[in-house]
Amino acid sequence: MNSPMAQLPLLDPMVQWLLEPLQAGFMVKALWVSAFVGTVCAVLSCYITLKGWSLMGDAVSHAVVPGVVVAYALGLPFALGAFVFGFGATVIIGYVKSQTRLKEDAVIGVIFTGFFAFGLVLATKIPSNVDLFHILFGNVLGISPSDIIQTLIAGTTTLVVILLRRKDLLLFCFDPNHAKAIGLNTQLMYYTLLSVLALTIVTALQTAGIVLVVAMLVTPGATAYLLTDRFDHMLAISVATSVVSCILGTYLSYHLDMPTGGTIVVLMTILFAVAMIFAPKYGILSQKLNRHLPGAETRST
Amino acid sequence: MRSDTFGITVENISVTYSNAHLALYNASCYVQPGTITGLVGPNGGGKSTLFKTIMGFISPNQGRVHIDGLSIKMAQKRQLMAYVPQADDVDWNFPVSVGDVVMMGRYGYMNMLRIPGREDRKQVAESLDRVGMADFRHRQIGELSGGQKKRAFLARAMAQNSRVILLDEPFTGVDVKTEKRIVNLLLQLRDEGHTILVSTHDLASISTFCDRTVLLNRTVLAEGQTADTFTDENLSMTFGGMPLKGLSSHASTLSSPVKPSYE
Repeated sequence: MNSPMAQLPLLDPMVQWLLEPLQAGFMVKALWVSAFVGTVCAVLSCYITLKGWSLMGDAVSHAVVPGVVVAYALGLPFALGAFVFGFGATVIIGYVKSQTRLKEDAVIGVIFTGFFAFGLVLATKIPSNVDLFHILFGNVLGISPSDIIQTLIAGTTTLVVILLRRKDLLLFCFDPNHAKAIGLNTQLMYYTLLSVLALTIVTALQTAGIVLVVAMLVTPGATAYLLTDRFDHMLAISVATSVVSCILGTYLSYHLDMPTGGTIVVLMTILFAVAMIFAPKYGILSQKLNRHLPGAETRST
Repeated sequence: MRSDTFGITVENISVTYSNAHLALYNASCYVQPGTITGLVGPNGGGKSTLFKTIMGFISPNQGRVHIDGLSIKMAQKRQLMAYVPQADDVDWNFPVSVGDVVMMGRYGYMNMLRIPGREDRKQVAESLDRVGMADFRHRQIGELSGGQKKRAFLARAMAQNSRVILLDEPFTGVDVKTEKRIVNLLLQLRDEGHTILVSTHDLASISTFCDRTVLLNRTVLAEGQTADTFTDENLSMTFGGMPLKGLSSHASTLSSPVKPSYE
């Protein structure tokens, strides 16, 4: 019934490689969830790389751990706990920075590791069925229906907020002074961007885990940034590389029995390396050629 | 309407940074409407701080600023103030084009989604034309020369159509030809009724186009007509013992090429 392939014994092995996992329900789920997560992360990653907030992404992702543990212990949705602690950490970072003479990176380092350590301690002391390994490294193959719903809500909210505020957010990343000068509420934009950052991390928690989520939040945008000078193209390239990595990574992890989150991030990193070396304008090769042999491109073709 | 409510009024501004550095102390000055006013002082003398205070980027510990009689916040909301940033303050690798940047000057007039209408597009095209950058509107901003970069951001301020325009060190890193071109545009804008405040440490150019000058070193030391303000005494007080004799006498003997257009 569910194997039209049986009637086509000479089916291309490639097609079979693609279709066979789809017979398992959990794989279908894992594929579309990771593609969705990949899209949300890729969109936000364009803003995060341009704003220079990669470290902030790392901080928020680690800071959600105690929130997840507490949420499970209280029987609340994990997304709620994760969001509250993730966003809360950014507020505390902002407060500590304004009250001390420390530089931002030091404050971020102190706060997020503190939150993370607190989460680890909590996880061992609070009786709950939280699998720490799944929080740390993700478990998209075993994602539960309620986790999928929470992922969808967090991700969709992120996409809608960014879609509605995309121009203001871009202006805020590019020239916050001008944004202020024309009467926009830059404080609100700062917290909007932080909230969607926290929401995106909630979205990606089940797929990539908190250790790897920062890669999904930075790498697609960084790859795209090397390939184009236009923001709309950057968005498209970022989403494309991210979704391809997510889907291919999920397949590979199934066939080769590798951790899904790790495989996805390895693929993203490979794509980044390719872009870094071969990007037509900002790649290492073309920059070298342009520097040493003016007009090299035209002569070599 | 009383004319003295127009222009920029700075009253008793003091700014201390969080590292306890006192950047400005009891600074008061008045920028007359429809003039080009130069804000002059040594590096570290508080020019940038005063600029940022007037634009509302930092809040002073004491004192008030009024723009055309309004608070800074109201002035921002009504698109009364445009700002041309220093070249160092811009991320030139950002994936935006010249056209995108100039369109940002129109955001305050658009609805929440910032979808440009006919008027917005018209203003952007006109501003690009006026600064001679129409052919570059699709260029990424990092691919421009120093002068073109300045003109792109000046076009943004023009598209914003605000009464007050502040330019932070507009002549650093541009050649003489570009400087002339920018000065010319500023004179045109002044004659159209804009109030223009230019911060610079380049004394030589001040007397060629600034109607009025404010001398600043931690506080406002002197202000008034450029020819009256540029005295040896004032300049050495501001710059503290620098050999400025030649410059000041040059300034005071100049028959001012700019006609103040205010009453």
